[in-house]
Amino acid sequence: MSVAIPEGARVVFGRPELLVDRTSSYCPGCGHGVVHRLIAEVLGDLGLGPRTIAVAPVGCAVFAYDYLGLDFVEAPHGRAPAVATGIRRVRPDAFVLTYQGDGDLAAIGTGEIVHAAARGELLTAVFVNNGIFGMTGGQMAPTTLLGQRTTSTPRGREATFHGYPIPMTEMLAVLPGVAYAARGSVADAASIGRTKQYLRRACEVQLEGRGFAIVEVISNCPVGWGMTPLESIERLKEVVALEYRPGVIVDRTREPAVSGAPGGAIPADGTATAAAER
Amino acid sequence: MTTQQTPAPSDAQRTAPPGPRHHGRRVLMKGNEAMAEAAIRAGCDAYFGYPITPQAELLEWMARRMPEEGRPFVQAESELGAINMALGAAATGARVLVSSSSPGISLMAEAMSYMAASEVPVVLINVMRGGPGLGSIGPSQSDYFQATKGHGHGDYRVPVLAPSSISEAMALTADAFELAERYRTPVMILTDGILGQAMEPVELTFREPPRVPAEWALTGAAGRPPRVVRSLHLKPEDLEAHNRHLQAKFAAIADREVRHDGESLDDADLVIVAYGTAARVARTAIARAREAGLRAGLFRPITLWPFPSDALRDLAGRVRGLLVVELSAGQMVEDVRLAVEGRVPVAFTGRTGGMVPAPREVVAALRHLWATTAEQPRETTR
Repeated sequence: MSVAIPEGARVVFGRPELLVDRTSSYCPGCGHGVVHRLIAEVLGDLGLGPRTIAVAPVGCAVFAYDYLGLDFVEAPHGRAPAVATGIRRVRPDAFVLTYQGDGDLAAIGTGEIVHAAARGELLTAVFVNNGIFGMTGGQMAPTTLLGQRTTSTPRGREATFHGYPIPMTEMLAVLPGVAYAARGSVADAASIGRTKQYLRRACEVQLEGRGFAIVEVISNCPVGWGMTPLESIERLKEVVALEYRPGVIVDRTREPAVSGAPGGAIPADGTATAAAER
Repeated sequence: MTTQQTPAPSDAQRTAPPGPRHHGRRVLMKGNEAMAEAAIRAGCDAYFGYPITPQAELLEWMARRMPEEGRPFVQAESELGAINMALGAAATGARVLVSSSSPGISLMAEAMSYMAASEVPVVLINVMRGGPGLGSIGPSQSDYFQATKGHGHGDYRVPVLAPSSISEAMALTADAFELAERYRTPVMILTDGILGQAMEPVELTFREPPRVPAEWALTGAAGRPPRVVRSLHLKPEDLEAHNRHLQAKFAAIADREVRHDGESLDDADLVIVAYGTAARVARTAIARAREAGLRAGLFRPITLWPFPSDALRDLAGRVRGLLVVELSAGQMVEDVRLAVEGRVPVAFTGRTGGMVPAPREVVAALRHLWATTAEQPRETTR
């Protein structure tokens, strides 16, 4: 969609080139659209669109490939970090991005994310945490907060019965293969701005060959939470952000770069020849 | 973080890889290692695996040889990890091998369904062991149903190649890559603990199949529209259209790619139907039966899917009885019965759990079949 720019005016805000102009299937007020836009902006700013191979999850964000103008492969539920590892190893010239929700990454996919991080795979992982299984109708996720009501915890999550929420990003951050881990939020303009900075840094970390990078983004699910979009944003700020605190969780990029990182550092000029093109 | 450690020496490391100068020579090789080397010489770009007996030598061979060739090797965190790494690598157009044994194949079933659906070519070797469950580490053919009828969910088929010698396993490894890429499908090589771990003299002949341009593969959307490798089609009419496309492809494979072999069939009254290791036992039994005056022959399916039903149906009109021999409680026998449609009596003998039928057991089964069947009127239309 192009809009005629009046003479003397300049564009200060527009649709990023990598964000496809299409009606989204996400529910009104959902945070996925914001995260998609941030990814499109960051990859566009860094000129990575033509080099990117992205991995879509199972869950609401499986449709990421309909909204981001990137090469995409769909992973089985939870397996995105393994799929991305395969891409990374045969395509040293590619920029590899995974996008997963909390049901995908923190429940069925714990094995894959932990080991991709432990290997220090040169991947940028985007982890959208809305504390719920959204697509299947709002069941408890490993990240669901204590006391939170979901369709599978109708009386609220109880530690003695359902166990405790998993702080995935803090868990991953202890692994030496993780070069950078941060948590952002989509609660307001300021936190969205910071989240964009984290995402940009997580992309640069891959380009520099530093190791595994992850950005968790705490997000809202108005429909799954049974709230209006505005109520869900209030909860995100007043409740969720106190349990999953935004900020940089680990940054090992100030140390010397890892030599011989898995998959190898990506040459700045992109001259590496992929195995598939030998 | 990624310190290189000197790995403990293993059999794979003590055995020198056959270099180019060895091409065409006969050497003694273990099946697992021979298949691994055949894959490397077939142009395998990447290997992903997870240790499991009786397949571990294949992984160990790749752990040493792939880095020597400058190609990726990853020991994954699980069979789930390995097969999904394969999915990712193959989605970029790379030639990829994965191997495992029965319990590991069960874990890989999920991704097999996804790869069949999203048309990602990968070669998967199953070195079968005794089941069900953790079973045993002895040789078995009890994954026939799994290999030919499914693995994962949904309407799909995967070509299954069943070698019965190490030389044949090497040749089929190259063929498997070719089939996978030609039809954009996973292909399974179904072998067992004996073929994987035994050593026998093999003729070192390698083949690198030509590459099919992968105009669907993910390489980064530079100068072209983005590509998506997917299996989700939420609208029922879209999924049905996609399934029709897949079924047409499976029909083409079934039409063109059937393979089987026959031995001593011309004058045979009784024919053993067996594949893989069971076919080798059958060969010995057939020789002994013939010494005792019983004219027996061997029909050996090489593709288990597509199953050589037409050839078996033709054979059924010419013989007195069929004896199916398997290292299972009887799985392929169902396809044999479907193929011959009652034209001829079909008997079965097999052992399970890692046990292998002795030739004398097979001869006894042939004698029993002879004794319980009448002479088959020979079809005169041929």
